[in-house]
Amino acid sequence: MNLRLLFLLFCDIILSVFEKRSVGVKERSLFRKGLTDGLPICFGYLSVAFAFGIFAVNSGLRPWQALLISMTNVTSAGQLAAVPIITAGGSLLELAASQFVINLRYALMSVSLSQRLDSSMTLPHRLAISFVNTDEVYAVAASRPETVGRRYLYGLILTPFFGWSFGTIAGAVTGDLLPSFLTSALGIAIYGMFIAIVVPKARDDRAMAVCVLLAAAVSCLFRYLPALQAIPQGFAIILCAVSVSAVMALAAPVDGKEERHG
Amino acid sequence: MDKYGFWLYLLVMAGVTYLVRMLPLVLVKRKITNRFILSFLHYVPYAVLTVMTVPAALYATGSEITAAAALLAALVLAWRRKSLLVVAAGAVAGALLSYGFLAYLLPLLA
Repeated sequence: MNLRLLFLLFCDIILSVFEKRSVGVKERSLFRKGLTDGLPICFGYLSVAFAFGIFAVNSGLRPWQALLISMTNVTSAGQLAAVPIITAGGSLLELAASQFVINLRYALMSVSLSQRLDSSMTLPHRLAISFVNTDEVYAVAASRPETVGRRYLYGLILTPFFGWSFGTIAGAVTGDLLPSFLTSALGIAIYGMFIAIVVPKARDDRAMAVCVLLAAAVSCLFRYLPALQAIPQGFAIILCAVSVSAVMALAAPVDGKEERHG
Repeated sequence: MDKYGFWLYLLVMAGVTYLVRMLPLVLVKRKITNRFILSFLHYVPYAVLTVMTVPAALYATGSEITAAAALLAALVLAWRRKSLLVVAAGAVAGALLSYGFLAYLLPLLA
C-alpha cells in the first residue's frame, strides 16, 4: 500500500514538471484513475511480452531488436506474425500487408474511441495516444461510462507500455537461461491471451461463434492443403481473415448501433 | 533478414501499425454509417486472432500433446470469462503439467 502511494506521488511529481504549473486535484485524480486502471493490463502484458521476447530470440532476432519492435509497435498479434516474415527474409509488401490486415482492428477501435474523446484530446494528444491504443487499452477506455480525456488516457497507457517493453527484453535476455521445456511452455502464453479475447465474445454472440469456427476451418485448410501451403504465412493470415470477415459481413451484418466491442 | 536489413523491416511494420491506429483517431470526426464496413470491421479482430491461433498454437510448445493440454486449459478458463492474465497463465500451467506428466510420471507408471 505504501509502495503504491509512493508510486502515485512520484507520478504526480513527473506530471507537474511536465505541466510547468501546479496540477489541480480533479485532473490529478483523473490521471491516477487511469494509472490504476492500467496496472492490470501492465501485469498481463509482462507475461505475454516475456513470451514474445523468447519467441523473437528463438526465431533468430537479437534481444535489442525484439525490444525495439515492442517499443515501436506495441501490438502482440502483429509482432508475432512479423517475426517469421523478418527472419525468413520475406518481402516488405508481405510485412506491410500482414501488419495492415492484422492491425486493421485497431482502426475500428480508433474510430470507436474517436467518438468518445472529450475536448482535451487535441491533435498532438491524439497523435500520442493512438501509438498505444491496444486491444486492452481500448477495451478499458471504451467501457468508461463518460467521455475520456487526455489525463485519464495518459495514465492508462503509461504502465502497459513499460510492461510490454520490459517484459520483452526480460524474455529476450533470460530466455536462454531458462530450461527449454519452460521457454517452450511460455511460448503458449500469447495464444492464451488471444483465446481469452475471442472465446467470451463467441460465447455471447452466435454470429461471432460462426465467424470464429469458419476462420479456424479456413486457416486449417491453408495449413494442411498441399496446394495452399506455398502461400507465405503473412498472406495466408490476410486471405483467411479478410475472406471470412467479408462473408460474415454479408451473411450476418451487425446493426449500426453495435459498433463497440472488445 | 539480409535482403533488406532489420531497420527497414522495423520502419515498415512500425509505420503501418501506427498509421492504422492514428489516422482514424485523427481523421474520423463523425460516425460511420456504411453497414458492410461496420460489419466487416466488427468481425475482423476475432477472425484475425482465430486464424493466428488455429492451428499454429498446436506447434508452439514443440509437442502437440502439451500444446493441446495448454489450449484445453485456456479454452476452459476463457469460457468461464477469466482475465487475460489468468487464461495465459493457465495455458502455461497446462503445458508445464502435461510436460511433467509425460516426462516424469509416465515412465514411472510404465
